Amino acid sequence: MALTVLALVRTRKLFAAVILSGVYSFLMATVMLTLDAVDVAMTEAAVGAGISTVLLLGALYLCKSEEAKPAHRPWLPLAVSVSTAAILIYGAMGLPDFADPKSPIHQNVVPRYMENEVDVPNVVTAVLASFRGYDTLGETTVVFTAGAGIIALLRRRKSKRDDNEK
Amino acid sequence: MKNDLVLRVVGKLLIPFILLFALYVQFHGDFGPGGGFQAGVIFASGIIFYALIFGLANARKLMPDWLVESLLASGVLIYAGVGIAGLLLGGNYLDYFVLDSDPVHGQHRGIFWVEAGVAITVCGVMLKIFYMFASRANFDARTDD
Amino acid sequence: MLSQFSHLSYVITVFLMIAGLFIVIARGNLIKKLIGLSVFQTSVYLLYLAPGKLLGGTAPILSAQFTVYSNPLPHVLILTAIVVGVATLALGLALAVRIREAYGSIEEDEILAKDNAFENLQEKHA
Repeated sequence: MALTVLALVRTRKLFAAVILSGVYSFLMATVMLTLDAVDVAMTEAAVGAGISTVLLLGALYLCKSEEAKPAHRPWLPLAVSVSTAAILIYGAMGLPDFADPKSPIHQNVVPRYMENEVDVPNVVTAVLASFRGYDTLGETTVVFTAGAGIIALLRRRKSKRDDNEK
Repeated sequence: MKNDLVLRVVGKLLIPFILLFALYVQFHGDFGPGGGFQAGVIFASGIIFYALIFGLANARKLMPDWLVESLLASGVLIYAGVGIAGLLLGGNYLDYFVLDSDPVHGQHRGIFWVEAGVAITVCGVMLKIFYMFASRANFDARTDD
Repeated sequence: MLSQFSHLSYVITVFLMIAGLFIVIARGNLIKKLIGLSVFQTSVYLLYLAPGKLLGGTAPILSAQFTVYSNPLPHVLILTAIVVGVATLALGLALAVRIREAYGSIEEDEILAKDNAFENLQEKHA
């Protein structure tokens, strides 16, 4: 995955960048599978590598522009990125170890969810739909708003469309 | 792409399975990996596959604009409606255990309708976005300024 | 050796995050910036999922054969985040398409130059 991302940074053809981002999403879905996150891996593969690539290709076709030539030498963004990375790694050293059963993430609420008072074996669906149903309502509204926003942005006047379809 | 034989044959073979798989993921979301979002996205990508091979006009005949837009809105309405049903039957908003005499069965019903609402909205939004992006190109070719 | 390995997941996540951040800051093309944003978001999913795994655990689907499960709470949050991320990407791409139609290009420098030229023209007429 690191190689894919490095190639993504360096490439200048936009079509190659879109395909590389699809490859990156698939690799991320595989990594998620090894981390036992089956629902998330399925969603990431379908959404990231499927819908996202289709939308990027559609936008690329509409924009019709191919390459991006950087005008300035990227020293300042590189310095900012490297310093942010150093700060983040310094902070991450204080986080709990990988796969530590005593870390706080496993302690507070999760044992109650896993007791399965809802009698649905897939705990992720149960939490999404029942224990945290409000969040899912908010997310559905966000998706609906995005659809409405795209309709508002990309709509054409109806009379022209009827003329052109005949 | 309509003239390419391999794509047409593969499309005709695969698209029913893709749509069926989407329904399977939706209804087995309780017992295996899956759920509303995945099902909506897989259904939409099946129809997008059809549109890519056989043309946007054929896809529009299959799923016309008014159908997609009403799918968009009705999914959110179903979700909110489940919440209001909880209110009307005596509990708080989005309480599932009041939906049936047996509280666990009420949870099952609530989760079923909620996931259905989510899948319908996600499918509608993904299809609508694809239609918008794809139909914009026709006008670019004719009305240039 | 295991203690060195345990923080490796965070280091990889930070590397992917910084690569995405670099694409957003340092490249001028709008579509490339949006791709960099989605790379950034995907690396954040990794940041959330990695601490949830238990070695020897399995996917969080309850069944009689397993006793140790990985933590399902991050899965729920990330599921929402993925869908919201694609919605954001779609809206950003629609904006990029409209900018292309209005300004004629999607390079940041050319758009800024056209804006400045337009402002100078307005000042001259005012």
